Amino acid sequence: MLRRPAVVTLALLAVLLAACTPGSENVGAPPPADRTVQTDIAALGPVTLTVWDQEVRGGQNAQMERLNAAFQQKHPNVKIDRVSRSFEDLGTTLRLAISGNEAPDVVQSNNGRSDMGNFVAANQLLSLEPWAKAYGWKERYPAAVAQYVSYTPDGKTFGEGNLYGLPQVGEVVGIYYNQAELTRLGIAVPKTWEDFEAALATAKAAGATPMQLGNVEKWPALHVLGMVQDQLVAPEQVTTLAFGRKGAAWTTPENTQAAQKLAEWTRAGYFNEGVNGIDNDQAWQAFSRGGSPFLIGGTWLAADLEAAMGPNVRFMAPPPRAGQPVSATGGTGLPFTITSGSDAPDAAAAYLDFITNADAMKVLTETGNLPVVETAAQQPAQQLSKDVFAAFSAVSDGGELLPYLDYATPTMGDTMGAALQDLLAGVQTPEQFVAAVQADYAAFVEKNG
Amino acid sequence: MGSGSRSLGPSRWTALAYVLPALVVYAAFLLYPLGRSVHLSLFDWDGLSLATFVGLANYVEVVTDEGLRAAFGHALVLIVFFAGLPTVIGLAVAAVLNRAKVRGLPFFRTVVFLPQVLAMVVVGVAWRRIYAPDGSVNAVLSAVGLGDLGRAWLGDTVLALPAVGVIGTWVQTGLVTVLLLAGMSRVPGDLYEAARLDGAGAVREFFSITLPAVRGELAVALTLTVIAALKTFDLVYITTGGGPGNRTSVPAFEVYNRAFRLGEVGSAAAVGVTLTIVIFVINLAVARVGRQRT
Repeated sequence: MLRRPAVVTLALLAVLLAACTPGSENVGAPPPADRTVQTDIAALGPVTLTVWDQEVRGGQNAQMERLNAAFQQKHPNVKIDRVSRSFEDLGTTLRLAISGNEAPDVVQSNNGRSDMGNFVAANQLLSLEPWAKAYGWKERYPAAVAQYVSYTPDGKTFGEGNLYGLPQVGEVVGIYYNQAELTRLGIAVPKTWEDFEAALATAKAAGATPMQLGNVEKWPALHVLGMVQDQLVAPEQVTTLAFGRKGAAWTTPENTQAAQKLAEWTRAGYFNEGVNGIDNDQAWQAFSRGGSPFLIGGTWLAADLEAAMGPNVRFMAPPPRAGQPVSATGGTGLPFTITSGSDAPDAAAAYLDFITNADAMKVLTETGNLPVVETAAQQPAQQLSKDVFAAFSAVSDGGELLPYLDYATPTMGDTMGAALQDLLAGVQTPEQFVAAVQADYAAFVEKNG
Repeated sequence: MGSGSRSLGPSRWTALAYVLPALVVYAAFLLYPLGRSVHLSLFDWDGLSLATFVGLANYVEVVTDEGLRAAFGHALVLIVFFAGLPTVIGLAVAAVLNRAKVRGLPFFRTVVFLPQVLAMVVVGVAWRRIYAPDGSVNAVLSAVGLGDLGRAWLGDTVLALPAVGVIGTWVQTGLVTVLLLAGMSRVPGDLYEAARLDGAGAVREFFSITLPAVRGELAVALTLTVIAALKTFDLVYITTGGGPGNRTSVPAFEVYNRAFRLGEVGSAAAVGVTLTIVIFVINLAVARVGRQRT
């Protein structure tokens, strides 16, 4: 009786030992750095481009459909095979898809280290440098934006090196405010950070909940901390920390001060009760029903808030401390990249160029998106969109557009998210919070170099 | 080989031919993935580039990493809520339903069993609303004058894990009750009659007749609910995402998080294999206890 299982086990072991090291089937030579670029797409003959995107929401889907149709009209020999998935689904399937045999040509990949950084390190994405010269992409994208899609070829340094993707839309975390609520409370729209803090105190004293926050997902509080940190810490420090580069520390007095400020706001009751038990959607919905003058959130909430509140909701970049430049957390929407497995990289590059050129930016505006470049030149119809466009261009040209804090290390989103929930719940001190985050950052920097 | 084994030969091959189709499916979809997981768990792999062989380092991490240890601890707490409480409640409910011979028993049985039919995702979304600061739990509390006890249950640093556990109790109680009802209905009525003639009350009847009679059903119920507790993923994913802090993270959630979000495939496989072993050992114990004295 015992012998047969033993035989099966042995056979199984033999199969396993014979199987090769995981990942060895994916290892290829790094793609050539200098390739000759073909920009005459008609000369390529019939081409099918498989594009994986996550532009599934209303306005996002509309712009993608319009641009895809226009591109195929301009280049009749190119057929676009579009595969559209939600952000979550794209994130969890992309890793397998691009390392497979039938990799898509163009994929939308998250900017951070656990996605784009890993793909670059594994030689799964093509450097866009050869086409950047031909199409003038370096002139199209200001350095503040280009850093979000740049990696060194080994994938180790984020924010510099080669261009690996082109984003269509921009994002910035700012402050939504309820105009009627401000008027009722007798608060003027804050012009400086000091004004903003005073407004929070006034609102609290009048019995209102100054800000809504829903933090079950753990990332919403990162944006709030980022906003506070951007006002208190030098921009180079924030950039170094957020890109996970050597040479900075979380355990500085300024960073500790930022964490203290957040704890202080919570203690003072500036947020609603039970922030860790409410999700992000519930928070902005509560804000839209009135009773709270402010909501800290990203520009991606604008369409929903506009629909719920009409002209009553306004948006602004975080007001800077007196005498300082405006400085905010933000970045780009998911950039479009070309996979190493693509059999038509030239057509893919032409597609990337087409969906990010000046005409495309107009289409993005018309469909209610926030174009990442030439933002100031656009004329959106709604007041809230005007606010959003003004805030983004103020921050990206002339201000400080600072990276999301969870970019720093592959595990930072988890580490900081959990630590922030504890900070907000009052079970961790600001000092313990910065120590926990520093441990994650330091461990990564030491390993990564 | 002796002549005896040769005479057995043909029949053995025939037997193998009978089980072969099932064995092939089992091997392709269960044994091979399991073996592959064990294989992967010996490597440090991001899912893309060439992996590095690290031996048992990933398993050492399962034991030494505070977060992972905590995740296994949470799973053990969930066993109380997914298996312990439903068994106690299910025994009581089934005994009462069985004894009282209530009219409309099929209706009660259906109601009690209903949570089992719902997709866990639906259950999670519904309970998230129930636990919300403006949800039913807090509404009921303030209606009876206990409004001060109200809170955002899933965001509470102490009560989030029990709150998730209670959902499990709600889901699993129906299964246990229906299983036990089936077992109790098999107990011949004259046994109870005899006990009653001997002067036994309801409680004595329960412990002397009903409980021993459903020992087998209890073992099945415990096996199923303990497995459900240990492999909980969807409920945590939907309700808390492992928070607040990491106070509700469980091994299955860590497997997902590491493999698909953090790109630590080897470590995820090690957690998965460890979880499989833990489930196996606990259920072996349950089966042993269930089989005794029968």
